[in-house]
Amino acid sequence: MNFLETARTGLEAIGSHRMRSALTMLGILIGIAAVILTVGLGEGAQVKVRSAIDSLGRNLLVVSPGSSSSGGIQQGLGSSSSLTLGDAAALSSKVVAPDIAAVAPTSQRSELLTAGSSNWTTSVIGTTPQWLGIRSRTLAAGRFFNTAELNSHANVVVLGSVTAQSLFGPRDPVGRTVNITGVPMTVIGVLSSTGSSATTNQDDLAVMPFSTAANEIFGGHNRASVQSILMEAKSSSTLSAAYQEANAELLSLHHITSPAAADFTISSQQSILSTATSISQTLTVLLGGVAAISLLVGGIGVMNIMLVSVTERVREIGLRKALGAPPSTIRAQFLVEASVLGLLGGILGSLIGAAGAVLLSSLVPFTVVVSPTAVAVSVGVAMLIATGFGVYPAARAARLAPIDALRSE
Amino acid sequence: MVEQPSRRRPIIDLLEVSKSYQNGSLHVDALRGVSAQIGQGEYVAIMGPSGSGKSTLMHILGCLDVPTSGTYRLAGIDVSGMSESELAEVRNRRIGFVFQQFNLLPSMSACRNVELPLLYGGVGKRIRRERAIKALEEVGLGDRIEHRPSQLSGGQQQRVAIARALVGEPSLVLADEPTGNLDSKSAEEVLSLMERLHGSGRTIVLITHDQEVASRASRMLRIRDGQLLHETVSAGTGAV
Repeated sequence: MNFLETARTGLEAIGSHRMRSALTMLGILIGIAAVILTVGLGEGAQVKVRSAIDSLGRNLLVVSPGSSSSGGIQQGLGSSSSLTLGDAAALSSKVVAPDIAAVAPTSQRSELLTAGSSNWTTSVIGTTPQWLGIRSRTLAAGRFFNTAELNSHANVVVLGSVTAQSLFGPRDPVGRTVNITGVPMTVIGVLSSTGSSATTNQDDLAVMPFSTAANEIFGGHNRASVQSILMEAKSSSTLSAAYQEANAELLSLHHITSPAAADFTISSQQSILSTATSISQTLTVLLGGVAAISLLVGGIGVMNIMLVSVTERVREIGLRKALGAPPSTIRAQFLVEASVLGLLGGILGSLIGAAGAVLLSSLVPFTVVVSPTAVAVSVGVAMLIATGFGVYPAARAARLAPIDALRSE
Repeated sequence: MVEQPSRRRPIIDLLEVSKSYQNGSLHVDALRGVSAQIGQGEYVAIMGPSGSGKSTLMHILGCLDVPTSGTYRLAGIDVSGMSESELAEVRNRRIGFVFQQFNLLPSMSACRNVELPLLYGGVGKRIRRERAIKALEEVGLGDRIEHRPSQLSGGQQQRVAIARALVGEPSLVLADEPTGNLDSKSAEEVLSLMERLHGSGRTIVLITHDQEVASRASRMLRIRDGQLLHETVSAGTGAV
């Protein structure tokens, strides 16, 4: 008897006990659907976190003032503005920091913008032309300000897409005037939307030359003071070198001998990313583990039903043996039954998992990712589990003595 | 009249066959030194009351079980020490079973039930079907090929079972109380079918406790307490 005939016999046995087969499959099905959903949720969350962090700019290092001690009292992060334009200029030096590609000092404050009858409060950022590249932003209309405008304190501003829409509606904002704290500024460009829905909206802002912001808008007694310095490393592999260079340079500029006493903090986007990734990976493993247990329970269900099936079909097994089926054929028949239940359960479970992913995507703030690899692996695992748990019942069927089998009523 | 069995080539050759088994703490000697020969083309009834060992004898004759001691040759082959797989092959090629409970698979058509021995014998699909239909026609069920067992009467079901026993061209048809579950009319049909098969040269061994059924065979072996009694040649329809 060839394998196809054996497979057919196994399939017929499944077909003739539809209800029982369906219930057996259900265990596997739920397990697989759960695995696919949890892995999808985990992957979706990871993609979401990665894109949110990527949208801040690649290979980004941020220097923030903070942890400064004043009279022996440790002050909070950002409580004083220990960073200056001088620091930013020093970091721009290719000699001091060869691994830093670009530097952009930034200061920002929330201000009221008015244009005609509309007004809108947004965060006004004063920075240098390097900001655009470091933050991986592009322009939807107009242009960004240049070094000449930075040096000449030009009254120009580039708006985020949300800000432009709020102030000007459908009209083209480029060339129009917007008043910020009473100072008229010319809109020279509009940034492209990032499409990101991170907590701080990357599309609601107004960017202008640092000098203009410091002198015309923010004011204050130290106009060279900056809130943070954005730096871009040359590549992700030189990120750590760039960090070392910036750290050493700033320590020496600030006359600090012990790194523990530093009055600034450098954080890298990679460090945020890896923390976020490891959190979502831990969650995925945890949820996946729970799902795997449910899959295991499904496998035990297959064994349970197969054992019942063997007991119930003792006469059939006996008859097949009497008619000349060797033990190996009987074993193969039951293994085929178990593996087909696993395979069908796996396929249906994947479909339900994928449907669940679509449904869930509309409930959670990100897309649940169903990767073909996860589906293929789950279906394979479902089949393996079912076949594995089918080995014992199949062996019992194969071992049945034909006379005992025929005698039972 | 009937030829002496020893002159024919024996299909069944039992020599001092014993079978004992342990039933809990009870030791049972089901067969004690049974010797017998059944020749090609014979129609033999093995008769005995329940507990006489006739079922055990039937299991050994059918290669469903092996003797504890003694030898059993089926068509010249010693099957006494064969493994489970080897016995399965012998059953498949040499023996056609007819059971009291018909033992048809309810989910399959008559035709596919009859095909089963050929399936395990490795016969191709088309030839299987052709031979199964031929066997069903032989037992007078050529018009019931695609019927399920549940759509057939008891007598018809037993005839399907007989077709299944014949389809593999076995050396021996072994019928265990084939009329035990049938009304007298169906039983008569089955018995006359057996006689017809005997007439066409088949070797048939029929196990029964019913004197009337046993008397239809051409030779009768009586068994009691695990031993064969003297043989009687039936006066019934034994002519070949």
